Amino acid sequence: MTELEPTYAAAQANLAPRKASATIPDSADHASRLEVAAYRVSQWLRSPRPYLMLVGFVLFLGFWYLAVEVWKLPRFSQMPGPTAVISEWLSPDPTYGLSIYSPEYYQHIWVSWRRVSIAFILATAMGVPLGLLLGWSQRFKEYVFPVFELLRPIPPLAWVPLAIIMFQGSETPIIFLTFLASFYATTLNTMLGVESIDVSFIRAAYCLGAKRQQVFWHVIVPGAMPFIFTGLQISVGVAWFSLVAAEMVSGQYGLGYLINTSYTMVQYPTMVIGMFTLGVVGYLTSAGVRLLGNYMMQWRARELAIGGER
Amino acid sequence: MNPERAAACERSIAAPLPATSSSPEKPRRGEIRIADVIKIYGSEANGIRAVDKCTFDVPAGKITVVVGPSGCGKTTLLNAIAGFHSITSGTIHLDGKVLCGAGRPKAEPGPDRIVVFQNGALFPWKTIIENVAFGPIVQGRLTRRQAFDQARTMLAEAGLRNLESNYPGEISSGMRRRVEITRALMNDPKVLLLDEPYRALDSLTKSVMHEALLETFDRNQVTIFFITHDLEEAIFLGHRVVIMTTRPCRPKKVLTVDIPHPRDYSVLTAKRFREYLDETAAAVHEEALKAFAAGERER
Repeated sequence: MTELEPTYAAAQANLAPRKASATIPDSADHASRLEVAAYRVSQWLRSPRPYLMLVGFVLFLGFWYLAVEVWKLPRFSQMPGPTAVISEWLSPDPTYGLSIYSPEYYQHIWVSWRRVSIAFILATAMGVPLGLLLGWSQRFKEYVFPVFELLRPIPPLAWVPLAIIMFQGSETPIIFLTFLASFYATTLNTMLGVESIDVSFIRAAYCLGAKRQQVFWHVIVPGAMPFIFTGLQISVGVAWFSLVAAEMVSGQYGLGYLINTSYTMVQYPTMVIGMFTLGVVGYLTSAGVRLLGNYMMQWRARELAIGGER
Repeated sequence: MNPERAAACERSIAAPLPATSSSPEKPRRGEIRIADVIKIYGSEANGIRAVDKCTFDVPAGKITVVVGPSGCGKTTLLNAIAGFHSITSGTIHLDGKVLCGAGRPKAEPGPDRIVVFQNGALFPWKTIIENVAFGPIVQGRLTRRQAFDQARTMLAEAGLRNLESNYPGEISSGMRRRVEITRALMNDPKVLLLDEPYRALDSLTKSVMHEALLETFDRNQVTIFFITHDLEEAIFLGHRVVIMTTRPCRPKKVLTVDIPHPRDYSVLTAKRFREYLDETAAAVHEEALKAFAAGERER
């Protein structure tokens, strides 16, 4: 027993400074997730970041306001100013019939969101397994990857006519087009994720007696996870890209459709409302994916937390 | 030096050798016989000859340290024993059974020979205890609960309590190496294959690690095959030190280090230790020069 003590003491000495530097409330060998979250928020509020962010927004809106409504710069003459957009957006009785009070507004958001979700889930459900297989089996990659690389550069817009011919109605072609770019991003990142895994981990697993299938589930899948989630974040981003392109071509609802119709009907403030709404919804979905990633990769979140503020 | 450690060292010098109380003489196992092993990367005719006519023994229940310049082919040898690489010719026996040889160029990796890797290979996505319990679980030897219980005991024995639910990224690299060795020992391996495990550590941490390894050895008497390019480390740890030539690698000098175990850091200043060092430094240096002249690079 006594002979173990020195090393144990050394172990504790090794650990102590790390815990101190993480400054998670004391006694917290295992601070609850809520505590950690509250701590993070309070740290964030104490850092200059939120205030700098605010300054950024004020500068942006200020420039927009000055350029359009005060200086009336030539390029900006047709553009609606921020006061016009914001008052339209928040008005219970909007001039062009669309604001946060109109149910139609939420209809557009819902329809777009639903399309993106379906496309994203399909892309993930197909892209992740395909990527894992491409990274795991050299033979499979040799068959499939060249075809994949040939199809990948074709922009979703080039698929529009074919999508309309191939699929019934207007909903499925839109979802298909939204799916495409997402699928490429997810597959490619997953494959790179598998290829990025240090061979030592795979060897260690075999050494410890794992079978091929166990190596796949215990090493390949979790090892590729960081890349997979990077891929998924790119994937939701490009899903919104191609969604809007697809909605501008066909459809009855959706934010892309809204932007396009308000353009043709010269309802410029509504058009800008549509754009900002896309920005907000797009941001929220990718933040959601990031949160899900952190939740599923506790090990990584904790590693980064110890690394400090980065 | 940390006063607690100093006290501990003094205690262990003064005290009679603690007989390995926890393990009553297990049958010694893990003897490796390497005979005429040749490994050529690429084609037989104009490939790179990494190992050439290499013959030596790794005695059971001892620490054998292989020293050689970087990139000399020591790791190739280790990989052949572990079953990661094939050999071109020759044979390697483990406890009298052929691991690899004629008609079977590549050994099958398995839990009787566990590698501790240069850069560490604890799975970052598993907690410490999940890592340590991994072997018996995937082999189907123990249930999850049994494996966890055993892992807890082994971690405590190694002085690694309170780390169970941490992830490897949260503990120091020195601790990670020790957890990795514990993970290996969970499988009761015949031999531990250590591939320059302390290379990336600073010298202070290294000295702590050396003592911890020796302590582990004293407790388990497991056969250890240890690769390094650090001669002092080799003599300090090894019962037997095999000095390798630069590529192609073969034993240049085999040294039996006659300093009794358990050893601690007082050995480093002992006269006998210095003599061994003097005896071998020239040989190692000569090979290092050759390697340097040949422009060997890290792999």
